[in-house]
Amino acid sequence: MSAFFRVAWIVLRKDLTVEVRSREVVYTTLFFAVSCVLVFSFALVKEGRAMEDAAAGILWIAIAFAGTLALGRTFERERQAETLRALLLAPADRPAIYVGKLAGIVALLLAAEAILVPLIALLFQASALFSRPFWLGAILLAGTVGYCAVGTLFAAMLIRARSRDVLLPVLLYPITIPVIIAGVRGTAVLLEPQPDVAMVRFWVALLVAFDTVFVTLALWTFEPLMTE
Amino acid sequence: MIPRAGLDFDEIAVEEVSRHFGRRKALSRVSFTARAGSLLGLLGPNGAGKSTLLAILGTLLRPTSGLVRYGARTEADAALRARIGMLGHDLYLYPELTARENLAFFAALYGDRQPAASADRALAQAALADRAHDPVSSFSRGMRQRVALERALIHAPRLLLLDEPFTGLDEASVGALVRRLRDLRGQGAIVVLATHDLDVAEGLFDQVVFIRDGRMVDTMAGSEALRAAYRSVMARARA
Repeated sequence: MSAFFRVAWIVLRKDLTVEVRSREVVYTTLFFAVSCVLVFSFALVKEGRAMEDAAAGILWIAIAFAGTLALGRTFERERQAETLRALLLAPADRPAIYVGKLAGIVALLLAAEAILVPLIALLFQASALFSRPFWLGAILLAGTVGYCAVGTLFAAMLIRARSRDVLLPVLLYPITIPVIIAGVRGTAVLLEPQPDVAMVRFWVALLVAFDTVFVTLALWTFEPLMTE
Repeated sequence: MIPRAGLDFDEIAVEEVSRHFGRRKALSRVSFTARAGSLLGLLGPNGAGKSTLLAILGTLLRPTSGLVRYGARTEADAALRARIGMLGHDLYLYPELTARENLAFFAALYGDRQPAASADRALAQAALADRAHDPVSSFSRGMRQRVALERALIHAPRLLLLDEPFTGLDEASVGALVRRLRDLRGQGAIVVLATHDLDVAEGLFDQVVFIRDGRMVDTMAGSEALRAAYRSVMARARA
């Protein structure tokens, strides 16, 4: 294993250990996402029938909102005891630290999605979501990576900003709109009675392209942005 | 592990270093030199710019102007960071992790191939081997400070930067820390320590730099009769 991936793995393992001990991010993220889905289900499901494509939109709204919460809390931890400074002091590649933090947040959000997707399928009569499990997994993974790639960079950048909780969504949502749109459209295709796999593949490819651009830009800018 | 040979420096030279945060001047044209095997004290009141200077020495902040030389090196790359240890006013420890996990994590981050063994040695040095598996959040401030010092030393740095390291320590712990710093000096480390605790600082340093309002107002060799010198220097700076 190269030094780069070794450092990323060390940071990821540390973040997951901290989360297993505190369960703070998982609980708050899940609570928020489930509440969000329930509120929308009261509004959009009438007489047992959900609005067309509502499930796709709700799923990605819940992922985006819960993701913002997870990003904020994960970096708040690093700020409280100034441990981000200790990470930056280490002779490790700083982009490797970014990759470790990104992988940790993606893992936490994917865990939340594992509960959200069945809940949405139940409340919005969207069992068709599971008709193509591979493509559902691909859309969720690619969308989550793209969203978190930008979010991790911004959350790290804003760690010393006084109004970071307000600034993070303000900066993050406009830039990740392409990811959210591609995620919603790809998921909506899966909800059709006869999903067009070629169309799903197109949306997944678009998400992978976004991921490539966002992760590359973040790796390139993380080091200069982190040196004050 | 990053090889140390060829990377060690015999002195650090701070040359006309200034740092501005917007319109506020946190540091203004500070210059001094510290040699290997010496203890340098940064003394000054709260807000004098000591922590900013330590952050610049630790490569966490870039100076607005001026230069820091680490021997012949000026580039703040990974090889240089491997030779710097820092203990900030915040302790840079994860409260949810145990003392051993914290130390092993940082040892691994510094490229140590046997991080658990290094963590055990560091815990023995801190006299906390019996608390190795307790979360740091359950420790007293003094115990956390001891773990944090071992974290800063886990990679045997050449340059050790300490920001108010005596905060929250009882008399015995202060004595132990002072002995440890003298040992490090004996091993050839450059120790730069920022404090305003004159009682502890008395007689500790080989060289003292007095800072006030971001400006270096004086220096002195040794640190005998420090309290009187501090009062006199600060009174002159105010005038």
